[in-house]
Amino acid sequence: MRTTILVAAACLLVAGLVWAGADAGVAAEGGAAVNAMTGASSDTPWWMWPIILLGFCFILGIIAVLAGVGGAVLFVPLVSGFFPFHLDFVRGTGLLVALAGALAAGPGLLRRNLASLRLALPVALIASACSIVGAFVGLALPTDILQLCLGITIMFIAILLLTSKNVVRPHVEKQDAISLALGMSGLYTEPSTGEEISWKTHRTLPGLLLFILIGMMAGMFGLGAGWANVPVLNMLMGAPLKIAVGTSKFLLSITDTSAAWVYLNKGCVIPLMAIPSIIGLMLGSFVGVRLLAVAKPKFIRYMVIGVLLFSGGRAFLKGLGI
Amino acid sequence: MTSKYDKTPKEQILYANMLFYGCWSGLAIMTVTYVIYAFGILDPHVSMDVVTRTWTQPVQEYLTVGQVPVGWGWATLLHKGDFLNFLGIALLAGMTLVCYIPLIVAYLRKKDTLFAMIAIAEILVLAFAASGIVGGGAH
Repeated sequence: MRTTILVAAACLLVAGLVWAGADAGVAAEGGAAVNAMTGASSDTPWWMWPIILLGFCFILGIIAVLAGVGGAVLFVPLVSGFFPFHLDFVRGTGLLVALAGALAAGPGLLRRNLASLRLALPVALIASACSIVGAFVGLALPTDILQLCLGITIMFIAILLLTSKNVVRPHVEKQDAISLALGMSGLYTEPSTGEEISWKTHRTLPGLLLFILIGMMAGMFGLGAGWANVPVLNMLMGAPLKIAVGTSKFLLSITDTSAAWVYLNKGCVIPLMAIPSIIGLMLGSFVGVRLLAVAKPKFIRYMVIGVLLFSGGRAFLKGLGI
Repeated sequence: MTSKYDKTPKEQILYANMLFYGCWSGLAIMTVTYVIYAFGILDPHVSMDVVTRTWTQPVQEYLTVGQVPVGWGWATLLHKGDFLNFLGIALLAGMTLVCYIPLIVAYLRKKDTLFAMIAIAEILVLAFAASGIVGGGAH
């Protein structure tokens, strides 16, 4: 039964993309003038868009959870590639989508000690400050350059997902001086075994420096940054995978807040498209968590990698004007 | 072996509780205000036609054609259906800043000056981003 729902969800997603892509194509053929380029408004009544976005993001939310990626990393390339919305609004909405998901997950992760404030706070300060810079850079760049960079980034993320080998419990021989000073260590209980696992970090300085880049990219493309947070916290700094995933999700609630304000202040958030996207994705995430027990995450993960490669390629070609 | 982090720290629980209520309140407000907007209970500032005509263009087009204010200008248009939605959005975007405030007190009580300073710095960063001092300008 659940598998049927999953297959139906995937089919609906593809159908939605084809439909929205065709409509965006119609819009683009309209010509350069504003009215002509907005075939969407003439062909599609306005009330259809919230319904389409709600349904599309609901499916996206399910797939994102099953694939273990954030919603925004799928939302931005797919919606900018297949829907008629301009990248400015897609990035503003993408950040709010990532922010809402992170805020909803944050309390549970913090209470269970799966997200650590001591690990998150110093990292968040760097990433959130840099995400403001990234947002300004992103809003200042011409759209075609931004599309090009977005395409390259999305394809890079797909390759990263394909090749990165996260370690469940990395071996950290010695906590470095910065980690000691910041108290980046902790203890959590593994629910499956009841075992208490202590952890600490190392290579803290290079880790913190990488968050400059991560923050910049989160703000520039409105992608969230879970895809980058987890490998840095886990593989570089040596946090256990559960702590890295939990802290990364919580981190997004801080990093994306600062960039979201920049987009909000610049007028890049249109409620008509932003709110159904946020609500759809969150509802989808709840269903996705329930389906996780029966789904085949490996297959879905490969499917998402394929979708990312495809949508990244599309953004890249759009940037080149092809 | 015990550690000083073997239980979830109190300040972390406090942060989690504030985040929980703030986030779900924000989402509830967002849903209600969206229904008010979409069902035309309150007239929008920017008509649906203008929104769907300009969202294919860079943001400047939407701002000019729709006469949309930047920065905190939305706060003066809360009586309009579309801008009423910004209440929930602003609550979501403002929650992190609010949650950081009790952290400063908690860390100072623990004599953890370094983390109190980090929390203060984060509040300043978020307040700067939210203020619109720089971001409120045109595209």
